[in-house]
Amino acid sequence: MLKVDNINVYYDNIHAIKNLSFEVMDGEIVTLIGANGAGKSTTLKTISGLLRTKTGGIQFMGEELKSTAPHKIVAKGLVQVPEGRRMFQNLTVEENLEMGAFTMPPNEIPDLKDDIFRRFPRLSERRKQVAGTLSGGEQQMLAMGRALMSRPKLLMLDEPSMGLAPLLVDQVFGIIAEMHSSGVTILLVEQNASMALAVADRGYVLETGKIVLSGSGKELRESDQVKKAYLGG
Amino acid sequence: MKTRKNLPLIVKYLIVAAVYALFLLAGNLLIKNKVIGLYYTKVLMVVAINMILAVSLNIGTGYLGQLPLGSAGFMAVGAYASAIFMRKVPIDPKLIFPVGIILGGLVSGLFGLIIGLPALRLKGDYLAIITLGFAEIIRIVILNIDKALGITLTYGAANLKNIPKTTTFTNAFIWVFIACFLIKAMMNSRHGRAILSIRDNEIAAESCGINLTFYKTMAFVVYAFFTGVGGALYAGYLGILNPSGFGFAKSIDILVIVVLGGMGSMTGSVISSAVLTIVPELLRAFSDYRMIVYSLLLIIVMIFRPTGLMGTKEFNPRGIMDFFMGRKKRKEER
Repeated sequence: MLKVDNINVYYDNIHAIKNLSFEVMDGEIVTLIGANGAGKSTTLKTISGLLRTKTGGIQFMGEELKSTAPHKIVAKGLVQVPEGRRMFQNLTVEENLEMGAFTMPPNEIPDLKDDIFRRFPRLSERRKQVAGTLSGGEQQMLAMGRALMSRPKLLMLDEPSMGLAPLLVDQVFGIIAEMHSSGVTILLVEQNASMALAVADRGYVLETGKIVLSGSGKELRESDQVKKAYLGG
Repeated sequence: MKTRKNLPLIVKYLIVAAVYALFLLAGNLLIKNKVIGLYYTKVLMVVAINMILAVSLNIGTGYLGQLPLGSAGFMAVGAYASAIFMRKVPIDPKLIFPVGIILGGLVSGLFGLIIGLPALRLKGDYLAIITLGFAEIIRIVILNIDKALGITLTYGAANLKNIPKTTTFTNAFIWVFIACFLIKAMMNSRHGRAILSIRDNEIAAESCGINLTFYKTMAFVVYAFFTGVGGALYAGYLGILNPSGFGFAKSIDILVIVVLGGMGSMTGSVISSAVLTIVPELLRAFSDYRMIVYSLLLIIVMIFRPTGLMGTKEFNPRGIMDFFMGRKKRKEER
């Protein structure tokens, strides 16, 4: 579904992503794990068109995305939930969701909204509340709900567990599994390696812009290298 | 979003238009019967021009959340474009003034597009400085272009004279209405939503599939267009133009109006244009202390109402209706 082929990304002179290639198949959950500064978020930003690669290419459902504008990438069904949740703080929950459907025909919005409220009853309770006053977990739900409003084929989640209490992290991962079972392919970027590998079909370990290890979620969880570096022995 | 029964949109617009027409009629009657003298008629014309300039700057600062400081520049472009056109065309100036105004707006909008595309890659302070710079360039170009190219177009420092004085109380306030109506209509559309979402959170807006460059540029061009319209009316009001009238102090004046009215509130911009234009006139009695009182007034308002007179709220006739009909006040929605 998504094929990232030998990309190289620079921040001015800093070579952030080095010859990176990986693939996400239809219906998978794939995770990129790695420490701070490994290039996880940079990779996602490059896929969604916010940063550009100097070499190689990015194919989504057979189409080349290397030089497509970010808003067109969203319209193609490749949607990112940005790091740190990024709400429209002054809009209500409902209005945030409506903004998520910006690329959709207006007559479908009510149905899409109902669907989100069915999935996230918590958001339904708070539909008239201003997004800035939601708790961290609720904001993460809203961010995911907003992304789902555009009926994505592939959803890219950037650190959904960031800054959340362990209980809420469980909840968020529950939602990810649920979204996946409803047919959305997921590319998950996480620092919380044990949780991410538990839900993922496959994973890639990133270190300073390179993939150092890849395999199924189970394989990676049992690998000594991953255990030592990310799972605490 | 509101669940309460609403009048059809057309009916609402007709009511607003009718009320406004009554206001124009009343104003005209008062002027004709010399209740409002020539001097105050002129003050009212300046009020109208400032209203147009303020509501258009409000698109850039209030709705888009940027700080463009190029009002004087776009105003100059609109003023000179329309004035040159009005002087050249040998038809009754009263008849073709609307064409002159729209032309002023269009030329200014074009400049907005040319300047906006590169300038909007920057944010905040940088955008403020670059637009300020562009406005100064426009002023200097108008000042020197005749000499440099050996033509007589703007007359530079020698003043562009004999511009037909076609701005009246009525047509100035009709343009206030047109500007407010069109800007409001734009902001209530999905395009307006997109512009507001960029102000709230650019990253979130982008991840919703909003084309940042397009909407930022669109807001900027509409700002330039209506500032140009204001400039054209200004030219028709003064009858004589000099580039020195479009220095950056002019841009700051307009910004002060918008900030005092409340960034993001169109009603705020309208009210504060009226207040900040009329108050200095009323204070003429204190001659020497006039500007001190004016400045103090600004400081006091900003201390007690840091978000401006109206904040981001809009005046809504429903609030008054509710008050008189004893309905319970609705809870603030946001």
